Amino acid sequence: MSQIPVSVPAQEIMGSGHVACPGCGAAMAMRNALKVLGPKTVVVIPACCWSVIDGPTPHSVVGVPVIHTAFETAAITATGVRAGLRARGEEDVNVMAWAGDGGTFDIGFQSLSGAAERNEDIIYVCYDNEAYMNTGIQRSSATPWGAWTTTTPVNNPKSRPKKNIVDALAAHHIPYIATASVAYPEDLVKKFERAKSIRGMRFIHILSPCPPGWKSVPEQSIRISRLAVKSRVFPLFEVLDGWKYRLTQDPEPVPVNEYLRLQGRFRHLTPEAIDQIQQDVDSRWNQLQQRIASSF
Amino acid sequence: MHELAPALKPYFNEETTEDILVIEGTHAASHAARLARVQAISAYPITPQTSIVELLSEMCATGDLDAQFIKVESEHSALACLVGAASAGARCFTATSSQGLLLMHEIIHWVAAARLPIVMVNVNRALAPPWSIWADQTDSLAQRDTGWIQFYGESNQEILDTILMAYRLAEQVMLPVMVNMDAFFLSHTAEPVALPKQELVDRFLPPYQPEFRLDVNHPRAFGGLAKPDVYMEFRYHMQQAMEEALQLWPVIAEEYKYHLGRWHGTAIESYRCEDAETILVTAGTITGTTRLVVDQYRENGVPLGLVKIRMFRPFPVEALRQALAQAQRVGVIDRNLSFGQGGIFYSELKSALYNGDHRPLLNGYVAGLGGRDVTPDVLAEIVEHLIHSETGQDLVWIGVKA
Repeated sequence: MSQIPVSVPAQEIMGSGHVACPGCGAAMAMRNALKVLGPKTVVVIPACCWSVIDGPTPHSVVGVPVIHTAFETAAITATGVRAGLRARGEEDVNVMAWAGDGGTFDIGFQSLSGAAERNEDIIYVCYDNEAYMNTGIQRSSATPWGAWTTTTPVNNPKSRPKKNIVDALAAHHIPYIATASVAYPEDLVKKFERAKSIRGMRFIHILSPCPPGWKSVPEQSIRISRLAVKSRVFPLFEVLDGWKYRLTQDPEPVPVNEYLRLQGRFRHLTPEAIDQIQQDVDSRWNQLQQRIASSF
Repeated sequence: MHELAPALKPYFNEETTEDILVIEGTHAASHAARLARVQAISAYPITPQTSIVELLSEMCATGDLDAQFIKVESEHSALACLVGAASAGARCFTATSSQGLLLMHEIIHWVAAARLPIVMVNVNRALAPPWSIWADQTDSLAQRDTGWIQFYGESNQEILDTILMAYRLAEQVMLPVMVNMDAFFLSHTAEPVALPKQELVDRFLPPYQPEFRLDVNHPRAFGGLAKPDVYMEFRYHMQQAMEEALQLWPVIAEEYKYHLGRWHGTAIESYRCEDAETILVTAGTITGTTRLVVDQYRENGVPLGLVKIRMFRPFPVEALRQALAQAQRVGVIDRNLSFGQGGIFYSELKSALYNGDHRPLLNGYVAGLGGRDVTPDVLAEIVEHLIHSETGQDLVWIGVKA
């Protein structure tokens, strides 16, 4: 039987039996991340969907050592794991914090900022499903402008833009930042390979589709993720040392409504609101282009 | 070694002592962490704790101590950092005080439930508002139900020795230990402290070898979701460990005496309690002043005694029942307060005596909050009140201005 050559590693570290919802981007992202990082990895999981996805005690699907930790402590617990391993002379282990957007953009931001400022030798991954999904879809500072959540009802949707977490991390001048998408696994894999080869603080921001929270169809998760990139709502790029920007995917663009219309959380938006989102996306794209142009 | 005055010789055992330094309580704690060969330290500055970690920073910088030192952005992160480091298998130390301890509260529970044998020094300092940096034990006593073993110290030497013993206890029962010292009365008061010889400490306290840790060769998950069919057993085992700690502590104290030559009592220490009809119960630095007052009353023929509580969790119920078995009147002096109830050591002791055979008259005195001096005169006022009491009184305020 002939096989199609792919650049995603064949090794499977994550086992079967995770308890994520159908179409969950966070489960796909972990699988691909661990394919790259391999068995010599410790995963730190704060309160988030993955606290559940990993399976109830005594089960765990991750396949490497996992420590569950308090909501706001992903970055600092990972820092401690690194220190503890170093104290024992174990240097050749990847330490990966794996947190949702609430644990990254909101409650965990202080310890994340502290770890970034100290340039701790960890890989911090935020799988961003753009709201508190594990508690039942409440707005976070990662929720985009105009989106419905249970705490931003359709007659009063979110009135502030999504926090720009990449800019916030870039301001800490850490060695490596990347955005990644489950719809572009080869791009995602390359970014984890690059992160693995660098010492110091590495931050990977993965847009993670959530069918229950986005009111989307599970089998369209990859399609929606791909449209997020094509519409330039979620461009795929890297930031080196906090200022060198590099675009890693540049597909033929599509209007933002191609992305929005597949998700019930945006169904209430008026044409004017959609125009507003398009303008915001365009201006942020232009800003990104300027940064790329002035980077090298 | 300096030539010792004869009176000091029993306390500063020459065979076991490397050097005698005149140092503050904070620095006694730093030296204890060094002697324990801690491998990971994480800390955040707060008065009056800060000099503990300042000295440890210097020790790490000079190579006197080979430890990872993470200078974090909050007390919450200081303890959360050690969750990671201890789970990876390192012996860990941190120190804090007051507001910092309260900020840690979530992780204080976490450390105990994760069964991580971290030792933390807390400098007992009053809580705001209004701002106060002076002695008060309400900060650590508010952590009563977290699953941490707790000790209270009377002298800088006792703090150093207790920290070394705390690691033995913590690593044996897999529960964390908090060693408490009163702000300024210990933390910033210089006393002679004997530093034990490292090789003797090493014999007493071997390297930390956890049974379970984050090990890529043996992957395990720690702390995952526990359904109702398994959660309760985790808590049952913590209580079992607490009960084991109570049994083990006198053994460790004996071993410490064997290796290092010093003895501070077990979970409690009784002072001149033979034939004592009246007994004062204290914890922390009020104890030292109370010893003096007991001596004065004894000189005048009054049968007064003192019971010092060293270990607050697990609470030494049996030891206290025995120590107070002959007493007619007992007065507990609390530099702390549970609002709506009273002094916290008082409440604990009252509860401990209820199912015992002997229930003496029991008074609860609250004194010295926010660092107000508890002088021999103040203690004499308490003794006079206690001697003349006809019924027990749950809350007697001492020295409150009208």
